[in-house]
Amino acid sequence: MADQTLPIAGSLEVTPQRHSPALLPEWLHGWVVTVDHKRLGILYVVYSIFFLLVAGAEALAIRIQLAWPNNHFLSPELYNEMFTMHGTTMVFLVGMPILFGFANYLVPLMIGARDMAFPRLNAFSFWMTAFGGLLLYYSFIGGFGLYGMGAAPDVGWWAYAPLTAKAFSPGHATDYWALALIVSGFGTLGTAINVIATTLSMRCRGMSLLRMPLFVWLMLVVSGLTLVTITPLTAAQIMLTIDRYLGGHFFDTQAGGSAVVWMHFFWIFGHPEVYVLVMPVFGIASEIIPVFSRKAIFGYPAMVAASVAIAFVSLGVWAHHMFTVGMTSVGNAFFVLSTMLVGIPTGIKIFNWVATIWGGKIRFATPMLFCLAFLFQFLIAGLTGIMLSVAPWNWQLHNSYFVIAHFHYVLVGAIVFNIFAAIYYWYPKVTGRMLSETLGKWHFWLFLIGFHVTFDTMHFVGFMGMPRSIYTYEPDRGWNHLNFIISIGGMIQGIAVLLFAWNLVQSYFRGKKAGNDPWDAWTLEWSTPSPPPAYNFATDPVVHSRRPLWDLKHPEDPDWKYEA
Amino acid sequence: MSAIPVSPVAEPWRLPSRGRVAMLALIAGESAIFTIFVVAYVFYIGKSLTGPTPLEVLAIPWFNTICLLSSSVTILLAERQIERGKMRGFTMWWALTIALGTIFIGDTAVEWHKLIYIDGLTIRTNLFGTTFYSLVGLHATHVVVGLIGLSLILIFTLTGHVKEQHSERIQVFALYWHFVDAVWVVVFTVVYIVGR
Amino acid sequence: MAGVSRPSSFTPRVSDLSRKSITRNLARKQMQSRMREYGERAIRLISVPFLCFVATCAAPIAWADGPQSSPSIFAPASTPASSIQDLSWFVLAITGGIFVTVGGLLAWAIVRYRARKTDDDSEPAQIYGSTQVELAWTVIPILIVVVLFLTTARIIFAIQDAPKPQVALDVTVVGHQFWWEFRYPKLGIVTANELHVPVSSALEPRPTFLHLLSADVDHSFWVPQLAGKTDLIPNHPNDMWIDPRHTGLYVGQCAQFCGVEHAKMLLRVYVDTPEEFDAWVKQQRQRGTQDSSVAAGRHIFETQACTNCHTIAGTAAMGTFGPDLTHLESRATIASGAAPNTPGNLHAWIQDPDHFKPGALMPAMQLSDEQISELVAYLTTLH
Repeated sequence: MADQTLPIAGSLEVTPQRHSPALLPEWLHGWVVTVDHKRLGILYVVYSIFFLLVAGAEALAIRIQLAWPNNHFLSPELYNEMFTMHGTTMVFLVGMPILFGFANYLVPLMIGARDMAFPRLNAFSFWMTAFGGLLLYYSFIGGFGLYGMGAAPDVGWWAYAPLTAKAFSPGHATDYWALALIVSGFGTLGTAINVIATTLSMRCRGMSLLRMPLFVWLMLVVSGLTLVTITPLTAAQIMLTIDRYLGGHFFDTQAGGSAVVWMHFFWIFGHPEVYVLVMPVFGIASEIIPVFSRKAIFGYPAMVAASVAIAFVSLGVWAHHMFTVGMTSVGNAFFVLSTMLVGIPTGIKIFNWVATIWGGKIRFATPMLFCLAFLFQFLIAGLTGIMLSVAPWNWQLHNSYFVIAHFHYVLVGAIVFNIFAAIYYWYPKVTGRMLSETLGKWHFWLFLIGFHVTFDTMHFVGFMGMPRSIYTYEPDRGWNHLNFIISIGGMIQGIAVLLFAWNLVQSYFRGKKAGNDPWDAWTLEWSTPSPPPAYNFATDPVVHSRRPLWDLKHPEDPDWKYEA
Repeated sequence: MSAIPVSPVAEPWRLPSRGRVAMLALIAGESAIFTIFVVAYVFYIGKSLTGPTPLEVLAIPWFNTICLLSSSVTILLAERQIERGKMRGFTMWWALTIALGTIFIGDTAVEWHKLIYIDGLTIRTNLFGTTFYSLVGLHATHVVVGLIGLSLILIFTLTGHVKEQHSERIQVFALYWHFVDAVWVVVFTVVYIVGR
Repeated sequence: MAGVSRPSSFTPRVSDLSRKSITRNLARKQMQSRMREYGERAIRLISVPFLCFVATCAAPIAWADGPQSSPSIFAPASTPASSIQDLSWFVLAITGGIFVTVGGLLAWAIVRYRARKTDDDSEPAQIYGSTQVELAWTVIPILIVVVLFLTTARIIFAIQDAPKPQVALDVTVVGHQFWWEFRYPKLGIVTANELHVPVSSALEPRPTFLHLLSADVDHSFWVPQLAGKTDLIPNHPNDMWIDPRHTGLYVGQCAQFCGVEHAKMLLRVYVDTPEEFDAWVKQQRQRGTQDSSVAAGRHIFETQACTNCHTIAGTAAMGTFGPDLTHLESRATIASGAAPNTPGNLHAWIQDPDHFKPGALMPAMQLSDEQISELVAYLTTLH
């Protein structure tokens, strides 16, 4: 390091440019055989958005069915398939792939690497995930089996034994469900390994662990968590498949097997899975909120520590999904405590975001709007989570619409809102064009209104004793009006998502040119051209602080002077 | 392109090997899979409604265990050899590792043959059968995968494609084999000592 | 990096330690005075929508004692449900307080620190963190968790480990795919879908202890006004108890997805006065009636497949796969609450169970209209 100046990003003239293929087959071939982390990232995101629309349509079908009591829009069988597929799709084909897609695209750029650690493993992982999704949806065609019964899986996304046994779920629907999750699980495992290896071994000079952007940190933590949570699910699915195909007895209650063991195995996966989904969006919020508040993130080390703490504690809370299955009172009390403990690091995160906004100059661009809504909604989701962790109250609320409201506050109010924020924020980097702000604002406000009409109302219908997973309800229970309101809210959200999809398409062709750094941001990806060239950086960047572009823009007052 | 001043501290830049990191990550994930199967096995000990019981049919596979555990030693010796560039020694110890692994698998096959055809214990007989074949079978699958990998490397060595500079990769692969051996210690303890 | 801050990115500065601590103190003082200034306004700003929110919560919830057609968890009529409600108000108060505080600060910060048109291009002061502040907002949540946990644990033990008094009534509840079987082992009664229990009072406690079993898949017993839910899991018996304080009909339903007709696995709990309950017990213990005028219908019942699944005491029918029909006419509903128990509905149900409950496990028996009418005539004599 003799010279006093070093380049931060590649200069364009030495960067190999992608040639644009002339023919459609050549173009398609290029996407299929690609091992470029950016293209794979785009594939993940496009794949997930497609399934987001599918699962959204399923949700609307559910809401139409429930708009009135004794409605006949869906048959009971079809309704059960709809909510099973909606849940499974949203978690496995939308949530995880889209977040790992962001990671794929952004992690190498953010840490100044030229690709993931294992590009071919990366491609393999994506295609495994993709085939998992296709396998799941093929069940609509192939699920009938010899019995001619069932089509898509209809056992709920939690698939409690022994309802999944051959005796109660004949046909092949449940097999498709189990196999699809095993297949996509291997893909996820591959990606998780890849992200960990990339973050630990591919960082550019100066990018020490405590200088990584928080999104990278969160993805590292999430990948570690994925390693030990997706695998128990895979193990449980293997057991279920052994039961169904080889006549095993793991969950066969007639042969001494235990239904409760399945619940434990499923939730050992299932609860950390919530954190696998929500922690990447913590990372997204931690990138976007500082940029639009024009301030450095408040308490970076605390944010990192809180993330790691959440990951560890989340491994010990699973049985709070099982307060009603008859655990001992001591067991119940233990899981009450461990669940409440998660609230502490989560609270720290919220406080730090508020403190980041505090004293800033907030710019209300669409990404920031989604992030601010996220903060409120995540606050409420956390508080209803505390309510649910109170075991006796949980005996009332469990499996009611209150629970549905709570976890949609997390999955939609926190995760989907931040996914939208991320797309508005990084779309210019990926495509070179800005998304329309006008459509973006419409999308935001419509979605916000629809979200609250739907999910705020659901809390109350839960208080009034409406259980989940029912295809219809009695007209005299006082749930009619509220359900109708919930359905209206669902429609509003549907319209908002269509606006978003239209925005994605039309801005690709007609959007304003973005330039390298449209948001005046501080992380490395904004130093590259939009879209970034193959291999990202012509020369390896060198960084000296958490905000290399801040240092670049404020040479008289660089960050590294103040970071310990 | 713009440039920024270098911070006063210029630290040397060293990062862990990506292969090692990835293999350790894979091992962490695999450990979780095995944990679930082990927990299921332990939970269902003694819960079968019908026979045969483990005590009636299982013999403790000492020979097997010694073979597999010593294969960890031989692979370690192979790693040392390639690090020093002694390809002949490497090939020898590597081949011995494969031989020991193969003996293990062969012996397991003999054990399963006896269980199935003489004792009438299959995966559908009772909970013991279900959990036993799943857990031991999951481990055996890992041994088989390991043997395939080991054999491929042996073939490449014999054709002269594996050289001294690959010792790092060889060590990464050997990590997997050590893991498979370590898992056997757990499986052996749970199935043949605790569960019998 | 604790407490490092800087007033403005463009302020020329000497980067020595004393200077840094001065600016840190300055920033903190500024923050404190601003807090005082705006705090009050922020609380007023946020409390209005919050009160509206609470009012909306309360509106659809019935408060009155006694049974409701809408089974709200906030209209408890039994000790477990009441103690849960008390606990829930406590938790709601704490979480509501947190929401007002944090949400208020957030809303205020968003309004106060918005970028204005009059702003110059300079960046705001960059504040990297503060150990004291971090410590404060770690300790306060820990204290809240301690309080919440201790309160919760007390109620868990009070409900779950409540001792069973001698006078308690025992009922075994067996979940079946899409209907409930109720057995009173000490009274020798077997019935379905409609549970009868005596009223309980402080002076004369008469709690009912339910032993929960399942014949097939997982179910969950949930009558919100009486108690929280408990699952019925095959191979995993559970227990719960209720002590209803007011007579009447309490509704609920299966709360664990159990298959196609999970939605129509409804529950009705009749809380009777002691006299009514004794009369009901007496009536249920009688054997099935033998009315010769409906012999034709009885013959059809005994010769068709009905007997494989149903029991009528005093006949050859001893099946246990479906509900016991010995006292069918003493029940207000059929098909686990899916339809009122009228001759017309019985006729429609036997002709095609899918009419009320598509996917119910009772098959359509392919009987002629005439046969069904005779059968219904017989069934309506089963008081």
